[in-house]
Amino acid sequence: MANRMITLEVFRYSPEGDDEATFQDYLVPYHEHWVVLDALNWIKDHADGTLSFRWSCRMGVCGSCGMMVNGEPKLTCAVFLKDYYPSPIRVEPLINFPVERDLVISMDDFLAKLQAVKPWLIREEEEPPADEYLQTPSQLAQYQQFSMCINCMLCYAACPEIEGIPDFLGPAAIALAHRYNLDSRDQGQSQRQEVLGGEEAVWGCTFVGECTAVCPKNVDPAGAIQQAKVASTKDWYRHVLLPWGKR
Amino acid sequence: MRGPLRRPFPRDWFVRNGAYRRFMIRELTSIFVGGYIVFLLVWLHQLGQGPQQYHALVETMRHPLAVMLHVLALLAALYHSITWFNLTPIVMPLRIGEDRLPNAVVAIAMGYLPWVAVSGAILWGVLR
Repeated sequence: MANRMITLEVFRYSPEGDDEATFQDYLVPYHEHWVVLDALNWIKDHADGTLSFRWSCRMGVCGSCGMMVNGEPKLTCAVFLKDYYPSPIRVEPLINFPVERDLVISMDDFLAKLQAVKPWLIREEEEPPADEYLQTPSQLAQYQQFSMCINCMLCYAACPEIEGIPDFLGPAAIALAHRYNLDSRDQGQSQRQEVLGGEEAVWGCTFVGECTAVCPKNVDPAGAIQQAKVASTKDWYRHVLLPWGKR
Repeated sequence: MRGPLRRPFPRDWFVRNGAYRRFMIRELTSIFVGGYIVFLLVWLHQLGQGPQQYHALVETMRHPLAVMLHVLALLAALYHSITWFNLTPIVMPLRIGEDRLPNAVVAIAMGYLPWVAVSGAILWGVLR
């Protein structure tokens, strides 16, 4: 069989240069079993060593290789050339993030948002117990789905709210907060509520739902946010009706 | 050194895929739902003004344009209600032990059944 080729239109940006961001076309060998990340690595190795992009595990676990593929947020290790061939494939950095170089985005803002929700077990007592905190399978099932996030940030690239509310905590961070709030071993809900309850957190979400649609791990961040809204509403009523009670 | 590049979310995002479009339609149908509530309040007010005003409004409502608006409001309210009922299991998932109840069961139990019951009660109240 003749060597078949496919075109990748790749977003290029250099922070040092004077030029605007451009698209550069690369002709790449087509293989049925190749994913977009394989094609990018072929470009890097054989056509243009200056192309920058993040990747690591190649198996949908590390969450590094998220990019816009034909306008949709995808893990490039999980999207096959054969699903686009023979049409060209346009590869861009994730939208809603500042671009450092080519396909590499800045994660600083995202990491700060993750940290803001205190994603760890918070206990009221100071000393941890000598043995472990026990948990039943049904207690685990309450939050397990929301603990599967790999921080790939596809959900942020699918969310139209972030453009209007730049400080919006966003799908993954809220899902992570909800995951810890649902954990039977955790006692930090009231601490997280200060961050979760505002217009820049759960109430900034209008339930477009696309974060859930693009999630490669079926985390359902949209569901987490709506459930956090219910929890936030209960918390508000408790505070108003029982102001002397514990928040 | 220019530093990182900021790229805006596409302004036409709501027409870019089917899910975004369906979301936007759901949001827009709320205008009809809200508008119809205002209309009902106006109608109630007219009802309180005496039989003449009430019958005048009834006559106005016979106009084809008014009938068309009613049909549009009904379709919008149906789309709005059904899409929200279908989202209920995501907002309020129900669990029995380790298992999550199927979405259809939650949507029927928390959305469709109460809807049918309330509609039936109103219909019974009007027709009896």
